[in-house]
Amino acid sequence: MGLAFVSPWIAGFFIFFLYPFITSIVFSLSNVHITAKGRKMDFVGIANFTDIFTKDAYFVDRLVYFFKEMLINLPLILVFSLLIAILLNQSIKFKGLFRTVFFLPIIVVSGPVLKMLMDSGSTTIPLIEQYGIYGLIESSVPAFLQEPITNMLSELLLILWYSGVPTLIFLAGLQKIDVSLYEASYMDGASSWVAFWKIVLPSMRGMILINSIYITVFLATSELSEVIILIRQYMLDASKGFGISSAMAWVYSVCILLVIGICYLLFGRERKAVRHV
Amino acid sequence: MYSLKVKLWGRAGDRGPLFNAIIYILLISLGFVYLYPILDMFVTSLMTLPDLLDASVKWIPNTVTMDNYKEAMSIMNVKGTLWSTISAALFPALAQCVVCALTGYGLARYNVPFKKLIMALILATFILPPYVLMVPNYVMFSDYKLIGTLKTLIYPALFGQGTKSAIFILIFMQFFRQTPKALDEAARVDGAGDLKIFFRIAIPLAVPAFVICFLFSFVWYWNDTYFTALYLNGNNIADTSHLSTMLLELQNFDAMFKAHVQSNAGWGASVMGESVANEAIKMAATVTTVLPLLILYFILQKNFVRGIDRTGITGE
Repeated sequence: MGLAFVSPWIAGFFIFFLYPFITSIVFSLSNVHITAKGRKMDFVGIANFTDIFTKDAYFVDRLVYFFKEMLINLPLILVFSLLIAILLNQSIKFKGLFRTVFFLPIIVVSGPVLKMLMDSGSTTIPLIEQYGIYGLIESSVPAFLQEPITNMLSELLLILWYSGVPTLIFLAGLQKIDVSLYEASYMDGASSWVAFWKIVLPSMRGMILINSIYITVFLATSELSEVIILIRQYMLDASKGFGISSAMAWVYSVCILLVIGICYLLFGRERKAVRHV
Repeated sequence: MYSLKVKLWGRAGDRGPLFNAIIYILLISLGFVYLYPILDMFVTSLMTLPDLLDASVKWIPNTVTMDNYKEAMSIMNVKGTLWSTISAALFPALAQCVVCALTGYGLARYNVPFKKLIMALILATFILPPYVLMVPNYVMFSDYKLIGTLKTLIYPALFGQGTKSAIFILIFMQFFRQTPKALDEAARVDGAGDLKIFFRIAIPLAVPAFVICFLFSFVWYWNDTYFTALYLNGNNIADTSHLSTMLLELQNFDAMFKAHVQSNAGWGASVMGESVANEAIKMAATVTTVLPLLILYFILQKNFVRGIDRTGITGE
């Protein structure tokens, strides 16, 4: 009987996941032509992949840039959302109001809206430009990270906005920490600061893993990612076609899976944390 | 000196006024930073052109105007796209809620064969970026002549493969695990079948989970332009003449604006050079696309914030 409840999903898995998954691999290894009679596929081996890396002018640049940006944004979003979750978890007045405010960005974040706000300059904090922080960055940060960092600062609000769902997840995790743990530590003379490092952070390990995966997936699927725009553009471009774009999608996905793998190695090695996934 | 510090800062577990003040200052200033773009957007959208150009006007416009909204709405063809925008979000979201609830319930309450494998596959559907599947899906949809219809969005949702379905399945599963089994057993003794138990007992108890899933699902479908553009407009993603959503119109706003000005002013307009929409009109357009979501959020806000406590959204 349980199977009956799950069966729509299983059917969907085969139709909309497994079948396209295999087709996509086949596409990425072939040259797909659209002719009057229909699609024609020639097997070309890994030619599409070598073409991407040797012939294409944009893909590698955009890919590298995307991951540089992620290197900065991911830890920032994690730290920031944990901070907000801790603040929201204190016994404060107007709890509901504050929560409503901090979860609001979840609703508003979307490609076109963010783009409009970025164009109009609403996402920058004016102070940053006034205090010559850009100059400071140029003199003290290694060159390869300079552009992503200045970009990050000019879009700082976006990063705060991306923290919506991670904050939610952290908050749910914080509420599960047993209150008696804090009380015991206070009895032993620990300060809130010590309690944070010894109790909160270790018990948040699983949540950090979930969040880092969520944020990675979120950033990768964000419509502001230049890579995915390129993939779609090539897909609809007759001279590039389905083969190249499938290959690109695979390269992109493997890179993202690598990032997720690294997150897992960093935050997920304990057995307890594995269970959280 | 020490006692003064304790008085202001408080002891562990018992916050002093200084500690409290820091918390509230942080919360309020961060809250302001969060809301700043939204407030800025609202205010700018109400400004007239002179106010926009006047650098001394930042927060309070001299004259409030709704003209920007009128213009933005006619450019985005809100009358024509409102319903398609709503249905492109509503129907997939409903389908997704139902199917994810079923799947989550099945996995939480029954000993489904290969449960571990199914769980792993659900996670795989979340982690694998959807771009890998995009090309074959597009080909499949065009083979069945579905491109340009809402079915391209509804069908995957109906089979639990919509936008981020995996998250919703996990939320429902977690939720159904928490609801007491004793009720089921009592109902079963009274002769209720599996379906009856699901509809009469499980679903009414799962309202908070439904609210959260519906809200997220609706919002994510509403805000998506990447797949919507591809599946609704097919080969020419910038051509929004077929079936369009407000977000797509917003994405192509500059082009739409140009076309609008030209059709209103005739070809003379093109002589004047590039016609670019001013900030106020753009912001009005943005507000228009966001407003329905904000309304929905504020209606469901109480359920939503409370639901977070109760759904155990993250799972164990």
